[in-house]
Amino acid sequence: MDAKKKDKLATAVIYILVGIVVLILAGILGNILITGVPHLSWHFLSSEASSYQAGGGVRDQLFNSLYLLVLTTIISLPIALGAAIYLAEYAKDNWITNLIRTTIQILSSLPSIVVGLFGYLLFVVQFGLGFSIISGALALTFFNLPILTSNIEEAIKGVPQDQREAGLALGLSNWKTIRGIVLPAALPGILTGIILSAGRIFGEAAALIYTAGQSGSTINYADWNPFSPTSPLNVMRPAETLAVHIWKVNTEGIIPDATIVSAATSALLVIVVIVFNLGARYLGNKLYRKLTAAK
Amino acid sequence: MTTIISAKDVHLSYGNYEALHGVNLNFQEKELTALIGPSGCGKSTFLRCLNRMNDDIENIKITGEIKFEGQNIYSSKMDLVKLRKEVGMVFQQPTPFPFSVYDNVAYGLKIAGVKDKDLIDQRVEESLKQAAIWKETKDNLKRNAQAFSGGQQQRICIARALAVRPKVVLLDEPTSALDPISSSEIEETLMELKHQYTFIMVTHNLQQAGRISDQTAFLMNGDLIEAGPTEEMFIAPEKQITSDYLNGRFG
Repeated sequence: MDAKKKDKLATAVIYILVGIVVLILAGILGNILITGVPHLSWHFLSSEASSYQAGGGVRDQLFNSLYLLVLTTIISLPIALGAAIYLAEYAKDNWITNLIRTTIQILSSLPSIVVGLFGYLLFVVQFGLGFSIISGALALTFFNLPILTSNIEEAIKGVPQDQREAGLALGLSNWKTIRGIVLPAALPGILTGIILSAGRIFGEAAALIYTAGQSGSTINYADWNPFSPTSPLNVMRPAETLAVHIWKVNTEGIIPDATIVSAATSALLVIVVIVFNLGARYLGNKLYRKLTAAK
Repeated sequence: MTTIISAKDVHLSYGNYEALHGVNLNFQEKELTALIGPSGCGKSTFLRCLNRMNDDIENIKITGEIKFEGQNIYSSKMDLVKLRKEVGMVFQQPTPFPFSVYDNVAYGLKIAGVKDKDLIDQRVEESLKQAAIWKETKDNLKRNAQAFSGGQQQRICIARALAVRPKVVLLDEPTSALDPISSSEIEETLMELKHQYTFIMVTHNLQQAGRISDQTAFLMNGDLIEAGPTEEMFIAPEKQITSDYLNGRFG
């Protein structure tokens, strides 16, 4: 076979492989959306889940998912950012740093059910936080930190060394250079890291079953005082998320319309992740443009 | 003619490896001095000692004395921020920050605590004019500096270095990453400016050193071989090895 034919063959194989990936993705997404979207309605989004009868909604689950995502991001982002800045900018290249990096890699491949059980023992039982949003958010932080840290570290390391030297040569301190030049330049990468980890958090069920719990409490959406027991913002109340709801309806649900509810919830989950993705990208681009005047 | 920077017996070593073996060299005010020599001879390393850019390298040891306007820059009393404000630097690769042209040039001033908007506006315009990049940027001051061509980026970086009104500007092979047309534009810019600023430039390009420098210093293997007025050195170098290098017999 001559080089030209080999090239054609290789190109064909590559196209076939990428075709398989696209087909699988389109198949899954299409299946979820086609079976789920017809059952999505305002009633489904705005009513409580029902325990026995058909016709329940996912209002609280949707809110809980978003609230947990926000809380987890608020807790884990500063920690991950600090750790990533340390690893990328300050850490010397020695065995301690390597040990930290290896630990982070091991943690990031930890099965989420293990994180969930660990969270159960530590936060729910030991710290006495009970099945609560805060327990869930802390478990998700454990689950999220390693990946978020390595993503942000990669983004920071991707900023050319020249940029740092140019900052120092202008008389900037090390910290000023990081804050004023390196972080803005790394922003798109940092944002991608946040979006990726947000998708994981949103779809996570196993780590939450034993921490945030599988049942909801009565929530009064007129009450926004975070210390009131019926307030949606109360972090001490148990909270079932969309992903946990899907799991529960399918394993132990006794509602007659379980398949419909789980299909609709799955579609909703996918749609929210997509909306979040696009929204975060849009906001990130705007922020980046504002910081850098890029056009 | 006054000496603005003087280096006396500068030794520099990374761990056990000594990269500079005692360099003695004086730089005159408002002149352009070229540092030439084969790759790895220590010319960039020496240049980076002059505004203490080598400080953060691990296991580095620098001895000897470098005085800027009579003050030892390696003394513990030296304010690094102030030193680097007076001794600016331009690198081999253009290094515009990911901001607009305006913010790039204004950055050093803002860091230095200048708040007066009119003064900053005026300095930005003046510096961009000095770096001969005003015409291409005046209508695009809000555009990201990284969106310009390599040669334009390098001139924006020169403008950024000039905006804080340094006394000395160190240039580390400022044109080696650029095409010939951009290079000659940078050379013209430097020729215009060398009556106002002191330039110290590392270059691989001997013709460039011959064209624009007033003084030339030739380094090899960490030693200063000879230094003097460019014309004398290019026509009649004192040492055989300098002559060999200048005539392209090695390096």
